[in-house]
Amino acid sequence: MSEWWTYRLEDFLLFSPRVYWRMFELANAAFWPLHLLTLAAGLAIVLLVLLQPRRQGLWIALALAALFAFVGWSLLWSRYAVINWAIAYVAPAFGLQALLLVFGAARGGLAFDRRDLAGRFGLLIAVVGLVVYPLLPPLFGRPWANAEVFGIAPDPTAIATIGVLLAASGRLVPLLLAIPLLWLLLSGLTLHAMGDPQAWLPFLAAGATVAALTLRRIAR
Amino acid sequence: MIITRRTFVKAAAASGAALVLPAAAPGAPPAPAMRAVPSSGEMLPAIGLGTWITFNVGDDPVLRDECAEVMAAFFAAGGRMIDSSPMYGSSQPVIGYGLEKLGRPEAMFSAEKVWTSSGPDGPAQIEQSRRFWGVPRFDLVQVHNLVAWETHLETLFAMKADGRIRYVGITTSEGRRHDLFEQIMRAHPLDFVQLTYNVVDREAEERLLPLAAERGMAVIVNRPFRQGALTRQLQGETLPDWAAEIGAKTWAQFILKFIVSHPAVTVAIPATTRVDHVRENLLAATGPLPDAAMRERMAAYVRDL
Repeated sequence: MSEWWTYRLEDFLLFSPRVYWRMFELANAAFWPLHLLTLAAGLAIVLLVLLQPRRQGLWIALALAALFAFVGWSLLWSRYAVINWAIAYVAPAFGLQALLLVFGAARGGLAFDRRDLAGRFGLLIAVVGLVVYPLLPPLFGRPWANAEVFGIAPDPTAIATIGVLLAASGRLVPLLLAIPLLWLLLSGLTLHAMGDPQAWLPFLAAGATVAALTLRRIAR
Repeated sequence: MIITRRTFVKAAAASGAALVLPAAAPGAPPAPAMRAVPSSGEMLPAIGLGTWITFNVGDDPVLRDECAEVMAAFFAAGGRMIDSSPMYGSSQPVIGYGLEKLGRPEAMFSAEKVWTSSGPDGPAQIEQSRRFWGVPRFDLVQVHNLVAWETHLETLFAMKADGRIRYVGITTSEGRRHDLFEQIMRAHPLDFVQLTYNVVDREAEERLLPLAAERGMAVIVNRPFRQGALTRQLQGETLPDWAAEIGAKTWAQFILKFIVSHPAVTVAIPATTRVDHVRENLLAATGPLPDAAMRERMAAYVRDL
């Protein structure tokens, strides 16, 4: 791209806010009542982290893998990429995340067993993704119909995932955090370019996760 | 170069792009002013329809129908040129949907772009765009933002020679790469150039607009409202009383009248999602247009707000 320094963030925005939010509205209408299942899966993941039954790592990783694959295909590839060609290059990253989670599950290399401050803070972040996100529309003057729900929309899925991963141990964890964190950065920038006040939420979730990881490293 | 009354009249005469105001049929909305494409003499309404952002609505059936309604109102008000690009997300298939729904209006002048960094991929991309629109051929294909312009221009001139497109052009926006743009304008027999120009972004007046007039190139003006930012900025301001002298009832009409009254400008392509706005835009090309002195007054007024 020539004279790249003359471009503003808004120059990369190809769609209007109305089209963006209606994308979620249409996805919600198309997939309802799948939301109940994805939310139940999310709450089950948090319970598995808390209760730590046998093979919890396997089930959590497989559930997250299925949800990442679904969101990547159903929302990013099939809907978002239609209005934003750049997302066609991003959607496969959600598929890669699903593969990494399956790989982690197969290797038995994931355990959600951290109970330090960062781990507990992570569960709080996961609850934000699961419970707070679907409740946001009226706070930002939007209809309920375009609510972003864990397992259906990418932002709450990424936020709940990084939260759960903060409570995880294993060599794959840093790698598994990369894609959701980068997604939240991209999503925050998109919302910011749209002038949407909700932009700070993905930034805050990603920033809080990085801060928690840093503090954990310092505490060692 | 600042346009004076003398240079204004001189440029208008030299460019062969003198304004023609057609008579409206009784009861019909007033027809927009027409401008000649210098390389062919073909007459085009001075207001077209841009599709950047506004037509990128994906597969949303409600919004697709709204776009079709905007297109219907555009054609009903006498509009002809619709401009798009492969860069504009789903805008091309949305135009195709609207054209199909409207029975493929014969009046339409299709303006497309080629936008790929790979020169050899240009023909395939143009063909894909043509299928999205569902037209037998494009009237105009432009090299978008000068991307891989050398190879694409070769392709486009060959397509024009074969009768697969009617006109060749290049585009830029927001004042980028004007030096290279000027070089290409001097070196190649382009039919159209597309650039950003409005009451606050007047850099094109210095070299590109006079050069287009001199070289006999039609000028399409993009981002007339700075992607809506200009009209939003002016929303709270009072339109001066003297705007009535040029028939401007809204800020949008004020801005469009400023643009299309430049003698080198052929078509301005505001984008909108609203039927009332598309009608308002086309009305800007009816009635009196500002002369050089009035244009300076308009620019000074906006600058001082």
